[in-house]
Amino acid sequence: MHRHLQLTEHGKLKHFLSIEGLSKRLLTEILDTAESFAGISEHQVKKVPLLRGKTIVNLFFENSTRTRTTFELAATRLSADVLNMNIATSATSKGESLLDTIRNLEAMHVDMFVVRHALSGAAHFIAQHTAPHISVINAGDGQHAHPTQAMLDMFTIRQHKKQFAGLKVAIVGDILHSRVARSQILALNTLGVAEVRVIAPKTLLPAHVGSMGVIPLHVMEEGLSDVDVVIMLRLQKERMNSAFLPSESEFFKCYGLTETKLQQAKPDAIVMHPGPINRGVEIASSVADGPQSVILEQVSNGIAVRMAVMTMTLGHHGGAA
Amino acid sequence: MTKILIENGRIIDPANAVDAVGSLCIADGKILQVLTPPADFTPDLTINAKGQIVCPGFIDLSARLREPGHSQKGTIKSETRAALSAGVTSLCLPPDTKPCIDSPAVVEYIKDKAEAADYPRVYSIGALTQRLDGTELSSMFALKQAGCIAVSNAHAPLGNLLILRRAMEYAGTHGLLLMCRANEASLSGKGCAHEGAMASQYGLPGIPVAAESIALAQALELAQLTGCRMHVSQISCKQSVIKIQQAKKYGLNVTADAAIHQLHLSENDVLPFDSHYHVIPPFRSEEDGHYLREGLANGTIDAICSDHQPHDLDAKLGAFPETEPGIASLETLLPLTLELTSLHRIDLHKTLAALTQKPAAILGLQAGALTPGFSADVCIFDPDLPWQVNEQTWHSAGRNTPYWQQSLIGKVTHTIQGGRLLYKFRNR
Repeated sequence: MHRHLQLTEHGKLKHFLSIEGLSKRLLTEILDTAESFAGISEHQVKKVPLLRGKTIVNLFFENSTRTRTTFELAATRLSADVLNMNIATSATSKGESLLDTIRNLEAMHVDMFVVRHALSGAAHFIAQHTAPHISVINAGDGQHAHPTQAMLDMFTIRQHKKQFAGLKVAIVGDILHSRVARSQILALNTLGVAEVRVIAPKTLLPAHVGSMGVIPLHVMEEGLSDVDVVIMLRLQKERMNSAFLPSESEFFKCYGLTETKLQQAKPDAIVMHPGPINRGVEIASSVADGPQSVILEQVSNGIAVRMAVMTMTLGHHGGAA
Repeated sequence: MTKILIENGRIIDPANAVDAVGSLCIADGKILQVLTPPADFTPDLTINAKGQIVCPGFIDLSARLREPGHSQKGTIKSETRAALSAGVTSLCLPPDTKPCIDSPAVVEYIKDKAEAADYPRVYSIGALTQRLDGTELSSMFALKQAGCIAVSNAHAPLGNLLILRRAMEYAGTHGLLLMCRANEASLSGKGCAHEGAMASQYGLPGIPVAAESIALAQALELAQLTGCRMHVSQISCKQSVIKIQQAKKYGLNVTADAAIHQLHLSENDVLPFDSHYHVIPPFRSEEDGHYLREGLANGTIDAICSDHQPHDLDAKLGAFPETEPGIASLETLLPLTLELTSLHRIDLHKTLAALTQKPAAILGLQAGALTPGFSADVCIFDPDLPWQVNEQTWHSAGRNTPYWQQSLIGKVTHTIQGGRLLYKFRNR
């Protein structure tokens, strides 16, 4: 179902909702297209006319400044018109249904929805019910998926490690609530890494994590042993209030990334984080700002990857000249 | 009144251990004679049931009709039509209407509506607590006098175990059956799917099986303590089957049912984010389904119910977790029950008993059997007739079923309630 929903009959990307069901070839095409856009940000004129005349709506049912901004920049650099809708504070809270919001925007002849929503499956729902000429990009739905974040992480890993084969990757922290982790796991496995480990206390791992193609571990020192990539996840403060964890300091003791713990990884291991980081909760400042950290590169790569996905879904393949 | 002769059908009546081809005679609204008609019987209406099965009308332990309070989803009129087309001649209405069934006035209202809809056998289940809010006992004696057949708190949680204990004692005082949907709300939380591989993969908030089995264990302990006659509604997992089996083994007077779709579908069948699969309790693992079917085959699970919950379109339009749970399931009850035999090799007599004799016994109704003198509630169905679930064949106002547009085998052709032919299938 995902396959059909996301792809055209010719196997091209129509929507970008989830990594599930996408081939290694297609994921590589996204990375290659992003590669061709990566230089643009450094040009004096940071724009290409690929999406001139297209209207992209950032439909954010959940607040997020960072993700929305990179989508906005990506769209602007492709010369599209961008409309930002922060619905978290407007229409749906007045009782307007998701579908009515979509119908209203459709009537304004837009070409793409970039959707963020607090509930799993929201982007799928919109893709299923929107007019056929509109593409939908999932910018994060509940605990389900955040595929552009996963692809920018893959892009960053490829930049540093050149290939995926043979890599050992550890994802650390709140896997249970993380749409980022779910998408990363699918992308890493599709691209053919050797091993994906997830490291967390049992309270923050999904019930059937074993069926997700990962090795679950609870001791961080053991989990980081010999890995090429360490991905830290953000810990939401509200997890302390619902008996997932006793305290931030205890979490940091067990699962916070420090220089000492990082020594278990390969000497050239890179450290990633989808941001925004909680210093002293999931990562020590000395690591976040240290030589192995690629956290800020992830942010810049995010724009190129989102430009790639936008052009591919709107039918312009091949990227910039 | 009309005299009806049903001839050449295969008569299956589990309560009377009948399975033979023959005739069924109905007169004065009652079953007159089974297998051979009396010599002087002159029917006003003859139904040739050749190739079909004639059995007692089905008794559904849980079907929501959406009235009063949710008539955008269905009405007593529309849903009792659906019931008749499904061979269901008696049904129990859970108390979570709006207002809920916590006063005789609501019971009377439902009774009036049911009579106006020409379907008198709607049995109201009274609310266990006032407003279903789980804190104060409802006026169970008054509810019983008004016609409630049992009491239940439906899906609403109870404040604490002491309230459940008192409710059991009080229901027992008035000889009322207590129907219990086992759920520990603190464990199920905002879950919308089985806490298993599927929910893990799609990031859907999960409901662990322990939310059901822990609540069930507590309820069984209290039933033991209070001597309350308890029926457990819509169990969904292996642990519940085992607990009921043990309780029965040690002599507790407890019965249980499962919803028909739980006997067929598992989490693996759920199409990603398709809200038609959003149901509570959620579709569990393959193993749970296997245990449920085994429980039905060995008698641990006494009855099959539809757990019919029709919805309007809007209720199912949205992101999966925000849609309303429930399946419109009356009309797929028979074909899915037949599939338990064709696909899973469960004895047809057992599955038909789970729709007739067993629920009648649970409710203490003189029904669910083709015993001479009993009210003539009869279902005739063609076990081999394929039909498609679509606008042409469907009667319920709710089209929320995962089986929409699918082909199923087995169709009710005639439904007789109180000796009156109220439904006849027209192959359109």
